[in-house]
Amino acid sequence: MARTARTRLRAPDLSGRFGLLVMLAVVTLVVAVAATTQGVAPDRLLALTVRGVMLGGILALGAIGLSLIFGVLNLPHFAHGELMTVGAYLTLALLTILPDGGPLAPFSFSATFLLALAVVAPAVGMLSYLLDRGVYRPLRARGAAPIYMAMSSLAIAFGLRSIVYLLWGADFRFFYPGRPRPAVELFAGIRVRPDQLFILGLALALIVLVYLLLERTKMGKAMRATADNPELARVAGIDVERVVLFTWMIGGSLAAIGGAMYGLDAQMRPEMGWWLLLPLFAAVILGTIGNPYGALAGGLIIGVAWQLSSAFLNPAYGPAVAFVLMILVLLVRPEGLFGVPGRRA
Amino acid sequence: MPILEIDGVTSGYGEMEVLHDLDLRVDEGEIVSIVGPNGAGKSTAMKLVFGLLKPWTGAVRFRGEDISAAAPDRLVRKGLAYVPQVANVFRALTVEENLEMGAFTLSGPLAPRKRRVYDLFPRLYERRRQRAGQMSGGERQMVAMGRALMLEPQLLMLDEPSAGLAPMLVDLIFEKVRDVNAEGIAVLMVEQNARKSLQLADRGYVLANGRNELDGPGADLLDDPEVARLYLGG
Amino acid sequence: MSALELVRGLLLAVPLALLLAALGRGLPVLRWAALPLAAVAGVASASLLPSGTLGYLVSFALMASIYAVLTLGLNVQWGYTGLFNVGVAAFFSVGAFVAALVTTTAPTGPVAAFSQQAFGLGAPFLVGVAAAGVVSGVVAWLVGRPTLKLRDDYLAIATIGIAEVVRLVFQNERWLANGPQPLRGIPQPLDCLVASDGCGWLPGVVNGWFAPLAPRDYTYVYLALVAVILALVYLVLERMIESPWGRVLRAVREEESSARMNGKDAAAFKVQAFVVGAVVMGIGGALYAHYMVSIDYSHFDPLYATFLIWVMLMLGGSGNNRGAILGAFVIWGIWTGTASLVDAIRPALAAISPDLPARGPYLRFLFISLMFLAILRFRPQGLIGERRRKA
Repeated sequence: MARTARTRLRAPDLSGRFGLLVMLAVVTLVVAVAATTQGVAPDRLLALTVRGVMLGGILALGAIGLSLIFGVLNLPHFAHGELMTVGAYLTLALLTILPDGGPLAPFSFSATFLLALAVVAPAVGMLSYLLDRGVYRPLRARGAAPIYMAMSSLAIAFGLRSIVYLLWGADFRFFYPGRPRPAVELFAGIRVRPDQLFILGLALALIVLVYLLLERTKMGKAMRATADNPELARVAGIDVERVVLFTWMIGGSLAAIGGAMYGLDAQMRPEMGWWLLLPLFAAVILGTIGNPYGALAGGLIIGVAWQLSSAFLNPAYGPAVAFVLMILVLLVRPEGLFGVPGRRA
Repeated sequence: MPILEIDGVTSGYGEMEVLHDLDLRVDEGEIVSIVGPNGAGKSTAMKLVFGLLKPWTGAVRFRGEDISAAAPDRLVRKGLAYVPQVANVFRALTVEENLEMGAFTLSGPLAPRKRRVYDLFPRLYERRRQRAGQMSGGERQMVAMGRALMLEPQLLMLDEPSAGLAPMLVDLIFEKVRDVNAEGIAVLMVEQNARKSLQLADRGYVLANGRNELDGPGADLLDDPEVARLYLGG
Repeated sequence: MSALELVRGLLLAVPLALLLAALGRGLPVLRWAALPLAAVAGVASASLLPSGTLGYLVSFALMASIYAVLTLGLNVQWGYTGLFNVGVAAFFSVGAFVAALVTTTAPTGPVAAFSQQAFGLGAPFLVGVAAAGVVSGVVAWLVGRPTLKLRDDYLAIATIGIAEVVRLVFQNERWLANGPQPLRGIPQPLDCLVASDGCGWLPGVVNGWFAPLAPRDYTYVYLALVAVILALVYLVLERMIESPWGRVLRAVREEESSARMNGKDAAAFKVQAFVVGAVVMGIGGALYAHYMVSIDYSHFDPLYATFLIWVMLMLGGSGNNRGAILGAFVIWGIWTGTASLVDAIRPALAAISPDLPARGPYLRFLFISLMFLAILRFRPQGLIGERRRKA
C-alpha cells in the first residue's frame, strides 16, 4: 500500500526518463525510415546496426572512464580523447620494435598486438594519473575553481596532440597496412570483419571486468560512491586520493584500449581523439554523468545512431549526429537516462 | 573530560564571519541538541567540527585532542561520524553498499556491524538491495544514519535529521536516536524542530547569529518562556 | 626620404596614433599629441627601417590585430561573464566564410565547375563585416539558449560540438563554400589605393597622394583599416562593460545566488554576453578572410583558431580588454618568434629525424601548451589581470 503511494509520488520522475527513451526510439525510427526512403536495403541497415554496436563498444570504453572522472573529480576531461590517441599510437610504436609473428587467423593482428595492448593500457593509465598529480592536484590543493582544471585539461589535450604530431606526423597510420581484411558472413547476409567481432568481444570482456570491479570490490564501490557524491565520500572517510588513482588508472587504460581498437578497425590520425571527444561526451551526458553503466548505454546508443545515419548522410557527419543527440538530451532531460532531475543540471 | 569541545571558536566562509566565539561541549553518552533560527550557524558549527571549516580562533577538541581542521578520514578513525543534512546518501548505491562505504576505513568483517544497523532499522534490511536514490526521505535518513553507525562511533553528529520528514517519521527518527544513545553513543544534533529535539536531549544550546545565546539541560530550555517565545513555534 | 616612405609612414601613423591614444589613458597630453607624434614616428620608421623588416612588422601587426579582435570577443564571454567557450573556431570560421560569401561574386561559366559557392552578393566590405557578425551572433544564440541554463561544463562541451559541426560542414559541403577546396578571390577593401589608377570614388588629388604605393604595399593600407576597426571594437566593448549591463554581467560571473536574480534571468544575461562575444569574433573572422583572400576549413583548425586565442587571453589578462589585446600581440610574437627559432635550429632538428623540421609548428604548439599550463598554475590572472572597479 505504502509502496504504491511512493511509486505514485515518483511518477513524474519516471515519465521524464520514459520521455527520453521514447525520444531516442523515435529518433532511431526516423533515421531508419529516412534510410529506407533513400533506398537503403534493410539488411544494410542491420549491418550498420551491428557495426554501430561495435563502434558503441569502442565509445563505451572511452565514455566509462570519462564518466567516472567527471563524477569523481568534477572534471570534464577534455584530454580524454587524446588518451585514446596516445594509446593507439603507443601501441603502434611498440609494434615496430616487437617481432611480428604473423597474423592470428582469422584476425588481422598478431599476438604481439595483444601484448602491446597489455603494456600500453596500464602505461597510459599511469600517465593520466601522473598528469593528475602534476597538473590537477596542485590546482585542487590551491582551491582553484573547477574551470581552471577544465582549462588545463584542454591545454594537456593540445599538448598531447602536438606530441603525437611531432613523433608520427599528420598522415593516416594503420596497424597492419597491406594486410588483407576479408569480411565474414554472419547471418541474414550481414558481413563483418573478424577484427570487428574481436573488438566487440574485447569491449564486452573489459566492460564485464569493469562491472565486477565496480560491483564486487571495495575500491570499485568506493569509486561509484565518490562519483555519485564526492563530498559525502570525504565525510564518510573514503580515501579519496586512492579512489582518484584508481579512477585515472582505469579511465586511462580503457581509453588507450579504445583508441587502439579504433585504430585497428579504421585508421589513426593525430586528430582522432579530439574528433571522438564529442561522441564521448554525448554518451556520458546521455547516460548521466558519473554513472559508468549509463556511459555504456550511452556509448551503444551513440554508436548505433552514428552508423545508422551514415546510411543517408555523409559518414563524416557521425560526430555531428552525436552532437544533435546530445543537444536533444540537454533540452529534454539534461540529467540523462539515469539521473535525478534537478540534481546535476 | 568531555568527548567534544568547541572552545571559543570564531570562523566563517571566505571573509564572512559566521561563528563568533562559540563554546560548546558534549559529554560522554549525552545527547546534545543545537537549536536556533535559520542562519544561526548551527550547521556551520557541525561542519567546523568535521574539519570542513577551519577555526580562525579557538580550538575544537575530541577527548582533549586538538582536531581543528583535521581531515575527515582521520576524524572517522577516531570515532566521529557525521550525517550531513542534504545529499547524505550515495543515491546510485544500494542500501547495503551505502553501509559498506560507511565502514571504508575499517578492516575486518562487516557482517556483525551490518547486523547491528539492521537490528536498529529493520526496514533497511528489507530494502537492502534497493538503490538509495529510489527510497523515500525517511528511509534515506535511516540509510544515512546507518552508514554513520557502521563505524560504531563514539560521537554521532546529525545535521537536521528530521528535515523534510512527515511528523510520524520525525518521531521515528528521534526514537532511533534515543536507541542509538542507549548503546552509549553520544549524539550531537542540530535541529530545526526545537521542541522535539529538546525533549530528547540531555542538554541543549540555543544559537543565534553564530553566538551562544542560552544553554542548559533540555528540560530547562523547554520550560524557558524566552526560548518558547522565540524558537519553539514548531 | 622618398615619397613612398612618406606615404607608408603616414599610413603607419594610423595604428600608431591609436596605440598612443590608448596608452595615454592616464596622460591626456599624450592623447592630444598622439596624431603628430605618430606621424613622426611612422615616417621615421618608414625611412629608417629596411623595407623588408618594415613589411614583416606590418604583417605581424596585422595578424596580431586580427587575433586581438578575436581575443576581445572571447574576453566578453570568459573574462566578463565566465563562460567557457571551447569552440571559438566556430564563430571565427563562420564570420570569415560569411564575409567571403557576401563580398565575393559567385563564379559563373567554366570557372563554376572548379569553385562553387552557395551565393555571392558582391557586397561592400563593411556589409560583409556586419553580416559576419550577425550570422555569428545567431549561431551563438542557437547554441547558447539551450545550454547556458545548465552547468558551465555543458557549454564547453556544446561549443566543442558546434566547432566540430561547423568544421565538418565547411569541409564537406562543396556547394556552400567550395569545401574542402579554398574559397578564393575575396576582395581586399581599399585595394584601389595601391592600384595604378587609384580609386574611382576619390578625387584625383587624393589618389595622387597614394600614387607611390604598389600592390605589395597593400598591407599598410589594410593595417590602418584593421587598427581603426580594432579601436572601434575596443571602445564599444569598454562602453558596454562600464554600463549597467556590464555590471550585471560581472555580478552574474561572481556569484549567481548573490546576484539577487533568479537562475532564468542570469541565463538570459549569459546568452547576451555569449552572443556579443560571438559577434566580435565574427568580425574578426571577416577581417581575417579579407586579409587571406583565400580561405578553407583547414585555416580554422582548433589549434590555431581556438587554443591560441585562449592562451592569448589568459596570458594577457582575462577580464581586461587591454589585457586581451596585449596578450594577442605577445602570443603572436611568441608564435612567430618561435618560428624563427625553429628555423634557426633546423639542422639540429634534421639530425634527430628528417621529418622533424616539417613538424616544426607542433614543437611550437607543445611549447605554447606548456606555457598555458604554467599560466593557469602560477598566474591565472595573466599579465594585466582585471582592473579594480568600483563595485
